[in-house]
Amino acid sequence: MKSIWIIAKRELQSFFDSLIAYIMLILFLGFSGFFTWLYGTDIFLVNQASLQSFFNIAFWTLFFFIPAITMRMLAEEKKTGTIELLLTKAVSDRQVVLGKFLACFLLVAIALAFTLPYYITIANIGKVDHGAVWCGYLGLLLMSAAYISIGLFTSSITNNQIVAFLLAIFAGLFLHLIFNVLAGNFTGFLGQLFYTLSLSVHFDSLSRGVIDSRDIIYFVSIVIIGILLAELNLAKRNLTSR
Amino acid sequence: MDIKIDNLTKNYGPQKAVDNISFEVKTGEILGFLGPNGAGKTTTMKMITNYIAVDKGDITIGGGSVRSGGEKLRKHIGYLPEHNPLYLDMAVLDYLEFSAALQGVPGHQIPERVKEMVKLCGLNAEKHKKIAELSKGYRQRVGLAQAMIHNPEILILDEPTTGLDPNQIVEIRKLIKEIGKQKTVILSTHILPEVEATCDRILIIDNGKIVADGTADNLRKQAQGQELLTTTIEDGASEAIEKALRAIPSVSAVERLENNRFEIQSKPDMSSKREVFKLCVENNWVITELTPTETKLEDIFRDLTTK
Repeated sequence: MKSIWIIAKRELQSFFDSLIAYIMLILFLGFSGFFTWLYGTDIFLVNQASLQSFFNIAFWTLFFFIPAITMRMLAEEKKTGTIELLLTKAVSDRQVVLGKFLACFLLVAIALAFTLPYYITIANIGKVDHGAVWCGYLGLLLMSAAYISIGLFTSSITNNQIVAFLLAIFAGLFLHLIFNVLAGNFTGFLGQLFYTLSLSVHFDSLSRGVIDSRDIIYFVSIVIIGILLAELNLAKRNLTSR
Repeated sequence: MDIKIDNLTKNYGPQKAVDNISFEVKTGEILGFLGPNGAGKTTTMKMITNYIAVDKGDITIGGGSVRSGGEKLRKHIGYLPEHNPLYLDMAVLDYLEFSAALQGVPGHQIPERVKEMVKLCGLNAEKHKKIAELSKGYRQRVGLAQAMIHNPEILILDEPTTGLDPNQIVEIRKLIKEIGKQKTVILSTHILPEVEATCDRILIIDNGKIVADGTADNLRKQAQGQELLTTTIEDGASEAIEKALRAIPSVSAVERLENNRFEIQSKPDMSSKREVFKLCVENNWVITELTPTETKLEDIFRDLTTK
């Protein structure tokens, strides 16, 4: 556990030492703030004391930002060779992956924490459904965790950051959009399958304020699969040929 | 902690990188791992440090096998990989603290260990800089510092002095020698004087196989076999001198190099220095040069690895 935190701390530090963290925070807050308060189907147009419009925006901005943070996590270490130094220290492959996961997750959590003033503002100008808001945040966090684990996996299969980014977006696009579209085009078992696989379906139900164990299980299993695949990729160097 | 390697084999596809090698390194010994590029040095080191898995055979470190308890063993190993990869965006001090924490150095000891390493590796003037701003030599020192930060019992150094200037090379060698008194050190290199200067024992590996194992002196003796002398004898006709030299019973061959300069090869396990001297005294000739030719480690290396 301690090793995971040591690795996560270093990654977080490097986010804030380079400009990545600041750029990510500014862009995320800028985008989501603009579309929540100023433009499009913003809060004043909807004229309801709800954060639904923010959640809809964050749903898309995080989709693009998360691969941008995760792409370098393992790919860069593999390219520069620092992975060798890291993995010959007294840590397991899993601790390395989990440490990196934790760092990305904390960065996203920080970004989301900066949007809490939106919530406070709205709570002051109308009657807000507190349960729905917290469920929405929970949904964003779970969705981020899922995309981070996918991003870590794609970062583990290549040592080119751009490839890792594009692969993560590509994989994410299926969960984010394509499965949902397919679900509408098919009926019966296939339709049900695509419906279950679609991330947006699970996110929507959470952001409306319904906590369903199926949604939670869906997100958690994506996280676990992603992390395991990333770990497996690191462990591949250890395969013995006979 | 001793390292014992038994019938170690590693394949990369159809290619045998390491082919059934066995050797042992004891505590307090510095082993020089020598070989041409692609001989299998780095692969062997990666297996000892548990970065890649062993195909066949086994490595035991302090009695524990890397096959079963690899992760636990890593704590006892300090490793400086080839090319010395480092996090360039980190400051030297931060990086050393990070390495110490990861290797399980207790929190309250970390500042002291870092301080000690900074002093030992001469990083004091650079300790607040980012690693990216350091010159290659200083980066190498950071690499060494991180390898030794948790005071490991075993040090594996893959080409530790590449990129250093001559002064730094001497310093680092001194450092390794000092450390090697209490620890088990394996260092790889293809700089031959380095092995002679620092190592107690030399292992030459070629095409994944061990071709020589012993001290520098031992290897020389093995390679040399026959005594070789270069001598200059004056105050006599060169033909007469050559003839007289050939007549000495222990001499197997004489070659005239210049006018009065000769190369004398003795018969196996015999020395002709005394006979040459006596010969000159008897004939009133003057010896102005008598040099035994040492076989250089370079020659042994080339001889063993270019078959």
